[in-house]
Parts: sequence; structure tokens; C-alpha cells
Amino acid sequence: MTSHSTTVSAYPEAHGGPPPVPAFQIVPTRGIPIVILAVAGLVIAIASNQLWALTFFHVVGGGLWTGVDLFVGLLLGPIIGRMSVPARIEFTTRFMPKMLLLMPTLVTMTLASGWQLARHVGNLSSSSPNHAWLVASFIIVGVMATIAIGILEPANLAVLFELKKPAPDGELIGRLMKRFIYTAGITGAMQVATLIIMTRVSTQ
Amino acid sequence: MSAQDHTPRNIPPIAELAIAPMILVIIGGIYMAAHIPGSISLTPAICLLVAAVLLVIVDIVLLVRLRPFAWNAFWRVAGWALLGYAVIAGMIGYAFIYDGTRGAPLGILIGMLSVFAIVVPLLLGFAVARYQPMTQGIAE
Repeated sequence: MTSHSTTVSAYPEAHGGPPPVPAFQIVPTRGIPIVILAVAGLVIAIASNQLWALTFFHVVGGGLWTGVDLFVGLLLGPIIGRMSVPARIEFTTRFMPKMLLLMPTLVTMTLASGWQLARHVGNLSSSSPNHAWLVASFIIVGVMATIAIGILEPANLAVLFELKKPAPDGELIGRLMKRFIYTAGITGAMQVATLIIMTRVSTQ
Repeated sequence: MSAQDHTPRNIPPIAELAIAPMILVIIGGIYMAAHIPGSISLTPAICLLVAAVLLVIVDIVLLVRLRPFAWNAFWRVAGWALLGYAVIAGMIGYAFIYDGTRGAPLGILIGMLSVFAIVVPLLLGFAVARYQPMTQGIAE
């Protein structure tokens, strides 16, 4: 996907014309080798079924996923909301493409290694004292996945493609960004529940 | 509707209809995952899968009937998303097979993962294409 500069059409003329949109790639191709490396490592961890490798992928993936969700939803979101339109556009074009690669990779790492880890330590068995907690975490992840895939990711992509137009619609971008930030906040709050469950499971 | 909005005026609820089968297969997946590796009644999972497949078919029919529509943009996004989500679904399927899930439960899980891998690219492609100009793809 090629890069180019453009301007936002709905930006008030009083500001001296529409703000420029910096050149950006919708999918940052430089990050793809890192994604491939992470997925390959995950396959090896599952195939080898080693406790350390599975724990590593689950803890690293889950920790980053939770941290990023909380940081974006509860800290960065309100800050972006108060930024000027040009600053918001510049931030969006630099931040959103990275999120497009980062989040699906972290989610895949966490869930696939987490499932295998639960299997390895016997938490999937219905006789395990952790089984009910695990099912609760499945439900929370299910709700978060629905919000992230059904609302957050489409909004993220639509913003990036709108910014690629010769004359992007500022009003539409603002609406979609608001949706992105609110849903990131909701999933961030749900991550707190995941933290409670996971720390409970690992100490029982 | 702004001057930049290229959304058809009477657009059917394609995005909403795409989220519904996703929710159904996620519920089915949670039901299956909560009972594996023990014995399990497959009826609820089969019902959820059949309902999800029917909803996907209805959604695809509504989508292909959309005229005019930015199909270039749709395929560009949906194609890459299909590749990405096929990898994700493949990883989950691989974990189930590796753990010895076989027979009907595996078939249902693969069916659910297939619905997931089809419906998400459809949703992402539509979410982008609905705001793109009808006569051309995305701006280069």
C-alpha cells in the first residue's frame, strides 16, 4: 500500500485551510517479519509443549495486550480527545497502522498459548479448582473479541482508508475515532477482570 | 450524510448481520472449550453453528446485491484480512488437533472457525468499502 500526503476536507477554513495528512502505510510492512517471527515461535512453543515456552508466550502476550488496552483506552484515549485536529491526524497516521499489526498478533499469542498452557497444567479438566475461573475468562475474552473485531478494528481500518483519500472527511474520521477510543476503554476495563482471574488461577 | 460520505442511502444491515454469526460461534466455542476434553452434548453447538452459517449466507446475499459498491476496496481489505484470519483460525484449529480433539467435536470446531475466518474479513471489507467512492477503489 503506497504512501502519500493529503488534506482533511472538513477542517475549518479559519485555521488556514485543511490540515495536511502525513504520508503513511496502512499496513506497516516493516513490522510483518516481527509478526511472522512471533507466530513461528508460538507454533514451536505449542508443538514442543514446554511449560516455560507456553508460559512465556502467554504472559508476554497477555501482559502486553492488557497493558496496551488499558493504556490506550484509559490514558491515551482522553488525551487524543483533547488534541488539536492536525495533531490528532498526525498521531492517528503514525499510531493506528502499528495497532493493526500489534493487536491481532498479541491476541493470537495469548489465546493459543493460554489454551495449551491450561491443557498442560490440567486447568481444562472439569475437576480442576480453576475450571470455573477459566470458563469465566473464556466469556470475558469472547465479549472482548466481539467488541474488538466487530467495532474497534473496522473503525480503525475505516479511519486509515479515509485518511488515504485525496480529500478525507474530517467529520467521519472524528466519529470513527470516538468509536475506537470508547471501545478501547471498554475492553481496557474488562482487562481488569481478566487480571483478577489470571492472578487467581496462577495462585490456586 | 456529508459530501464525502459515499454510503448508499438504503444500505442493508450488513455489518450488524456479520457480528451476529460471530457472536454465535464465539458462544459455541466457549461452550465447547468449557467441556473439552470431557464428554459433551453437541446439540447446542450444532444449533449455534447452523444458525451462524445461515446468517452468513444471508449476509453474503445482501452484500453481493449491493449496487453500486466499492468492490475494489472491499476485496483489497477482505482478501488480506482473509489471509490473516485464516492464520489465526488455523492456529486455534492446530491447538485443538494437537490436543487430540477428533471426530464430531473437531468437525464442529472447524466449522465454527471457518465461519469466524469468513465473517471477519467480510465485516472489515464492508466497513472500509462503504465509505469509499463507488466507481473506484481506495485512493492510492
